Amino acid sequence: MGGQVERWQYLNPGKTLAETLDISHQTLLYVEGVTVSFDGFRALNDLSFYVDVGELRCVIGPNGAGKTTMMDVVTGKTKPDRGFVFFGQSINLLELDEPRIAQAGIGRKFQKPTVFEQHRVIENLELAMAGDKRVWPTLFARLSGEERDRIDEVLTIIGLNEHAGRPAGALSHGQKQWLEIGMLLMQDPLLLLVDEPVAGMTHQEMERTAQLLLSLEGKHSVVVVEHDMDFVRSIAKRVTVLNQGAVLAEGSMDEVQHDPRVVEVYLGE
Amino acid sequence: MRIVKALRGDTGGQVMLAVLLAVGILVPILSLAVPAASPWHVSTYTVTLLGKYLTYALLAVAVDLVWGYLGILSLGHGAFFALGGYAMGMYLMRQVGDRGVYGNPTLPDFMVFLNWPELPWFWHGFDRFWFAALMAILVPGVLAYCFGYLAFRSRVTGVYLSIITQALTYALMLAFFRNEMGFGGNNGLTDFKDILGVSLQADGTRAGLFIASALALALGYLASRYIVSSRLGRVAVAIRDAESRTRFIGYRVERAKAAIFTFSAMLAGVAGALYVPQVGIINPGEFSPLNSIELVIWVAVGGRATLYGAVAGALLVNYGKTVFTGIFPDAWLFALGGLFVLVTLFLPRGIAGLMTLRRAG
Amino acid sequence: MPRSHCRISRAITAIALLGLLWLGAAAADTLEDALPGLADRALPVKKQAVAAIVAAGEVRALPILEGLLVGDLYAREGDPPVVLVRSAGSVVRSIHPITGADLGEVDRASIKKITLTNALRTELRGAIAALSLGSPDPQVRLHSARALMQDPNPAAVAALRARLGQERDTRVRATLDLAMAVADLQVGTAESQRAAIAHLDGSLYPEARNALATLLATDALDPAVAVAARQALAGIDARVAWNARAETLFFGLSLGSVLVLAAIGLAITFGVMGVINMAHGELMMLGAYTTYLVQQAMPGLLDYSLFIAIPAAFIVAGLFGVAIERTVIRFLYGRPLETLLATFGISLILQQLVRTTVSAQNVTVENPSWMSGSWQLNPGLALTFNRLYILVFAMLVFLALLLILKRTALGLQVRAVSQNRAMARAMGVRSARVDALTFGLGAGIAGVAGVALSQLTNVGPNMGQAYIIDSFMVVVFGGVGNLWGTLIGGTVLGVANKFMEPWAGAVLAKILVLVFIILFIQKRPRGLFPQRGRAAEG
Repeated sequence: MGGQVERWQYLNPGKTLAETLDISHQTLLYVEGVTVSFDGFRALNDLSFYVDVGELRCVIGPNGAGKTTMMDVVTGKTKPDRGFVFFGQSINLLELDEPRIAQAGIGRKFQKPTVFEQHRVIENLELAMAGDKRVWPTLFARLSGEERDRIDEVLTIIGLNEHAGRPAGALSHGQKQWLEIGMLLMQDPLLLLVDEPVAGMTHQEMERTAQLLLSLEGKHSVVVVEHDMDFVRSIAKRVTVLNQGAVLAEGSMDEVQHDPRVVEVYLGE
Repeated sequence: MRIVKALRGDTGGQVMLAVLLAVGILVPILSLAVPAASPWHVSTYTVTLLGKYLTYALLAVAVDLVWGYLGILSLGHGAFFALGGYAMGMYLMRQVGDRGVYGNPTLPDFMVFLNWPELPWFWHGFDRFWFAALMAILVPGVLAYCFGYLAFRSRVTGVYLSIITQALTYALMLAFFRNEMGFGGNNGLTDFKDILGVSLQADGTRAGLFIASALALALGYLASRYIVSSRLGRVAVAIRDAESRTRFIGYRVERAKAAIFTFSAMLAGVAGALYVPQVGIINPGEFSPLNSIELVIWVAVGGRATLYGAVAGALLVNYGKTVFTGIFPDAWLFALGGLFVLVTLFLPRGIAGLMTLRRAG
Repeated sequence: MPRSHCRISRAITAIALLGLLWLGAAAADTLEDALPGLADRALPVKKQAVAAIVAAGEVRALPILEGLLVGDLYAREGDPPVVLVRSAGSVVRSIHPITGADLGEVDRASIKKITLTNALRTELRGAIAALSLGSPDPQVRLHSARALMQDPNPAAVAALRARLGQERDTRVRATLDLAMAVADLQVGTAESQRAAIAHLDGSLYPEARNALATLLATDALDPAVAVAARQALAGIDARVAWNARAETLFFGLSLGSVLVLAAIGLAITFGVMGVINMAHGELMMLGAYTTYLVQQAMPGLLDYSLFIAIPAAFIVAGLFGVAIERTVIRFLYGRPLETLLATFGISLILQQLVRTTVSAQNVTVENPSWMSGSWQLNPGLALTFNRLYILVFAMLVFLALLLILKRTALGLQVRAVSQNRAMARAMGVRSARVDALTFGLGAGIAGVAGVALSQLTNVGPNMGQAYIIDSFMVVVFGGVGNLWGTLIGGTVLGVANKFMEPWAGAVLAKILVLVFIILFIQKRPRGLFPQRGRAAEG
């Protein structure tokens, strides 16, 4: 984390959002009493949810439980009707728009992989790279050797070395998923929100994804939303079950699996 | 140095600039040094016509920059062109001095005609060339920045944005038609005499304006090329293809858009400022929504997001227009209308797309 | 009549004219006796004769007075001493001024025109109006009562009062009352002036206001009368101001109805299909030209032409719409900016098509007789029938469209496709057919709007362009995909435009509206009535 702050300092002499982050209570994300309604339908209903520093958390729940809406609220896409969302003790995420939330250190991978299809893989990673993203600096930006090394490193991690020069639009579905994860890594965020990372992946690819996410644990906080229970079981320490826009149960995989309310929600329907 | 690097891989651009260089040197020589009797002589009329085409080409580059790379279909770029033109027109008007019909040393003819006692405040300073040239860039730039900043901040996109850009140029057209605005109303500004102390009618002046247009096109092209090959250019394409994704990786989309939009409007202003002394008139008709939308089709014909395609499209369509309106004046609108339909249906990537396909196949 | 006249003339002897009238009444009793006086060269004698004729108060005297006024009355030697002269080509015939009998051809040299002074002319006009009050036609009576109000004099008052006793027509009565009051203001006592003021209070006839204003301008006015007059004037001004506001509102609603008609078809194609139809204005133009062609084809049925033109225009424009959708737009779904360009091309082609096949000039579309005229709400406010009918027509079209969308199978399918194309298709909706029909419907409505426009504005090849930007403004302002938004948006913009016009001027008002919408879109990018929910996000 220290390295992160230093880098911001170097590029931006003023106080950055990432610098003002206060995680002295070991809790990175506070979501408290959040309600979101769409035309009378409550997508989130008084949801409260916390993520600790360095934790890997899985979120499961039936369709319409509010998983994606929860991510939308945290990343600034949707403004809630009520409630608080804080990053650390002091950064009020509800006051920030999407780019500033991203700059504060929250990265997101979408349910439907969205990469910049016209750009080459390497350019996708370059765009996502943490750094000064204001207009003037980007106009004159050049890749430093260090930055090239970082891109190569991520290319290796996501296994797309051979495809570095191809347009992202030409990649297979699974490769796009990987590229998007790679873009998250380039952003070097404190908190990663990962929506259905293994949809459409082969079993082998799934295993690699699990390894990757596990390797992030400790350095980054990761929240994974996933439907695939086998995958969740393979990575999860703590699992949160959402239902009808609120937390139904929280605990280890074993605990929630045997929680009668969870069983009812999953089997009763 | 880095600007030249931006041309790497841009074969179309290299060819275009080479041709432009050749034409920019040859045409003035053939016009001024070759005797009129020779078959190699280029008439002043042709020089002016070519110069006008070059300003259109620069305008097309400006449109392609925002439409091709940023995904903003501006139906109001004619307004920025016209504003640049008016700024130059005001300078040329002040240069007339006491040679107007009414012989008033400071007031342009139309103000004398309207019984205005003195020059309105916004006409001051336009007796100096540098000031007018600055305004030809600044006024479109400031308008584009304010308009763009407001629109992009509120995330007005797609067709909504196109429609309000159209409303913008329409409102400006109505405004400039009013005599009270102080820009000559219906008739606009015309009957110019001199530019920088030399007669506008002189062959040498025409050749000079032609060279200036070629130079402006070359520089505008290089600057645009530099932008699109920079990281900012990649951000622009990212915005075009997945705007909200670009926000989520930390780019302030509205600022990038406003910056490129403003630059593009400035280019359009330069084009307008070079256009007016060559055609000798600027009137509110230049703000007409039809003009703005017509120049979009130049870009579409040439091929979006290639820049050199925009140049080729502007030259081709306008050459076609000159030829067509000479032979069958009534059929031009059929041809233009058909061009709109056919290009969108069958040639979505324009001529440039056709050529890359052929090269690839 | 002579008796009442005498009474008044005695009351206000100071007025010279009155003296004359009185003299006239004393000197001559019949028309016949007065005729020689008219032929006399001496002005006082002539005046006397005129006064005598006026005082006789007979309808028979009208031709003499009118002839005198227009210069058709000539003096001659013989009996009668004056004749009315009527010339047909080079032949001049004389006519007996009282009986109207033809007295045969005359030589111009043998007769002499009777000349008038301006004062006498004024007097004659008043007298003619007073005599016309006896006409059997209520319209003529109404007209003469209003004419007397312009220039009240005691003789006129006498005539008015006499007529009031026998008048049956309520409108004529009201006007007579008013004219009496106006006359009383100028020539009555303080008491009758106050009564007259009370009577005029709130009247919307411009003459009433003028009379009060004139009264207030006179010197040595009774203070109580002045106070009352001032109050009455203020009251009238307030009512006139309300009238003006009502009229502006009407014009605004009228403009709004045109905007709604123009925009509503666009709202369907834009809202349902996401298609930007730049040729919408030209489809309206086709509707207007259909009206023109219908009128050309059936010149005898002008009064019914609109009822034929409305379905014809719907079909013509609708078929064009279906053709455009099938040949161009269906290849461009999901690419709204491309549809914008392609349909713009189509709009150019349609304009040129009309220019080459019909004419480059504007054509004249006639108004049926029932469309002309106006509805007189009060003396200061008239609503023209053409605007009124178009307002009603716009509402009917709106309701019809609402019913189609809410109650028919097509409407259900259209809504299904607009909400979720893929899902609708999966449910068995033939989306291609729905698209073609929707576009045809939007185009047909444009055609119908064109019929309405042909009754208000010039019909020419460029007419569509004038409306396209305004129509888009309405749709964007009201909110895409919401018919009610279009209705309210169009009405609000129309009314706002007209209310700004008086102080800003027509062009500036339009500019201000455009600027307002540009700014409004910044605040509410999805218009007044946005589509909500998760589908609308992102």
